[in-house]
Amino acid sequence: MNKNKEQLLNKRYKAEQRFRLYGQSAIFMALLFLTIFIFKIFSTGYSAFQKTWLIVPVTFDAELMMLEQNPSKEDIQDADYYDIALKSMADLDLNANEDQENELKRMVSYFFEKEIKNELLNDPSLIGKTKEVYLTASDDLDQVFKGNYPRDLPEDQRRVSDYQLKIFDQLVANGKVESKFNISFFTNADSREAELAGIASSFMGSIFSILVCLMIAFPVAVLAAIYLEEFAPKNRFTDFIEVNINNLAAVPSIVFGLLGLGVLLAIFQLPRSTPLVGGITLSLMTLPTIIIAARASLKAVPPSIREAALAMGASRMQTTMHHTVPLSMPGTLSGTIIGLAQALGETAPLILIGMVAFVNTIPGSPMDPAASLPVQIYIWAESAERGFVEKVSACIMVLLGFLITMNLFAQIIRHKFEKKWS
Amino acid sequence: MIKIKAKDVDVFYGKKQALFNISLDIEENQVTALIGPSGCGKSTFLRCLNRMNDVIDICSVKGEILINDFNINDKSCDVVRLREKIGMVFQKPNPFPKTLYENVSYGPTIHGMAQSKQEMDEIVETSLKKAALWEEVKDRLHEPGTGLSGGQQQRLCIARAISVRPEVILMDEPCSALDPIATAQIEELIDELKKEHTIIIVTHSMAQAARVSQNTGFFHLGQLIEHGSTDKIFKNPDNTKTQDYITGRFG
Repeated sequence: MNKNKEQLLNKRYKAEQRFRLYGQSAIFMALLFLTIFIFKIFSTGYSAFQKTWLIVPVTFDAELMMLEQNPSKEDIQDADYYDIALKSMADLDLNANEDQENELKRMVSYFFEKEIKNELLNDPSLIGKTKEVYLTASDDLDQVFKGNYPRDLPEDQRRVSDYQLKIFDQLVANGKVESKFNISFFTNADSREAELAGIASSFMGSIFSILVCLMIAFPVAVLAAIYLEEFAPKNRFTDFIEVNINNLAAVPSIVFGLLGLGVLLAIFQLPRSTPLVGGITLSLMTLPTIIIAARASLKAVPPSIREAALAMGASRMQTTMHHTVPLSMPGTLSGTIIGLAQALGETAPLILIGMVAFVNTIPGSPMDPAASLPVQIYIWAESAERGFVEKVSACIMVLLGFLITMNLFAQIIRHKFEKKWS
Repeated sequence: MIKIKAKDVDVFYGKKQALFNISLDIEENQVTALIGPSGCGKSTFLRCLNRMNDVIDICSVKGEILINDFNINDKSCDVVRLREKIGMVFQKPNPFPKTLYENVSYGPTIHGMAQSKQEMDEIVETSLKKAALWEEVKDRLHEPGTGLSGGQQQRLCIARAISVRPEVILMDEPCSALDPIATAQIEELIDELKKEHTIIIVTHSMAQAARVSQNTGFFHLGQLIEHGSTDKIFKNPDNTKTQDYITGRFG
């Protein structure tokens, strides 16, 4: 009998130990996957925050620019920079033939003309002089400099020619290639050229979409939750509504995209590819999440608080507005932020309503066409150029940073404003 | 003088009847204790008096409850008005998670009882003094009410209840979550409060009923078995069930 009991006790301890082990290994696995994932993204993405510049001497020849003596600001604005830009690239190799000059030109971005122009606009006294100007290297040379380019492939299988590599190596040897923090990644809109492409358009698109989503989903959801939780009679009809809100939360997001396409674009004729439509579509998706979070936190307010207010002669409305709703706000807000974070990462519905279009302008309002961060990732991931590989990871890093900030914010709200009741 | 007159009150939770035919008169400016075993309906009856049962969807109340000769179960009765006149203190101290000051000033604010900040300060001070809490908290009126001890919280709830100068105060086992010292303080307070208010207290402790009340009603299985002066109920009850409960044979 006693021995039996001993065995039983041992068995119970063993079972607990086993269970702990399972739990620990589950957590270990999760952490491992997360680490691999983050490591992969960071290791491919960090280089996108650096940009390679070629330092090229440019002679601001007034004749080539078709500038008169003592030009005004407008004249400088309207001058022709193509020739001096071409010439400065061609001058990198004085013995170059016509084909090679073309190749030299393609070592920098097509933006080089503008970069030279900006230089002169900043300092008009440069006319007639020579100055070393920073020009954005082409995306392939950028990758070469970062060591991501397979230089040992046969020449006909890569986009950088041996000649370009030779000149580039000379420039590197002379210290005429420099890597700097890639500001344009944050300030440029999307571009077909990887070296110029940035996330400004999609970042703003995401922000506008989220704002529209918040402004629609939050008030509607909170009012719905308050009504359902505090005022609605409990009957079959409200049960039916409750079940359907839960169902709505489980609807695949692409269905909301179809809804946006069919209703907002086709019937209401709202402008395509805009954060306005994206935000409305996302708000439909976020609505049930916020309603559920708000109802849960209203439910978590102890009934004794309601009773106390009612017994003081507060009306139902006063009880709700003075006590229940303020007490439920931390939970509601953090639920809202989590819903918004979900919406922020949503791709499928936005693709359907056309936010996948190539947008090379930065939107100034929710009515302007824009992409969004996850869609930008999708667009870049589909592009063939080697330069976009690191951009995809960098964009994921920005999106993750955004999401983590939002979730952190949700946590802070929850901790800071949560009131303790005895 | 009779303050509250209940006539043939029946209460149903859905189909289940919780109170049967309760008729009870409650004297003004006295303490009436309602005693009885758990689940006998004494709290339910108490909650009828300020219509707190309205909150429960499935609960329905039949019969007449006259307060100052006005039937509170009548359609014309406004619950907000009613609850202004009839305060309530609950079993578990339930201060609002706000400051002490806000706790006490809440009632006067929503009923528009103070014209100025000074008036409100006065109401808060007198209410806290009447609740015998002023001396302990006067320096921390703007700290959260939930930071007080259990007994202090309950006195804060009493202060909150009396801040609107109700005619009647309902107390639903106000001391059951408190230690003996806090209980003694509250009992003393009840004795003081009855000068200005009519008090009805539900209690599990017969000793407490004997100490604080002038009248007692004994409930059992949803029926009011016996009621009368506390002296009589405790010393010479008419009903054998009362006798058994008082002497501790059941309950």
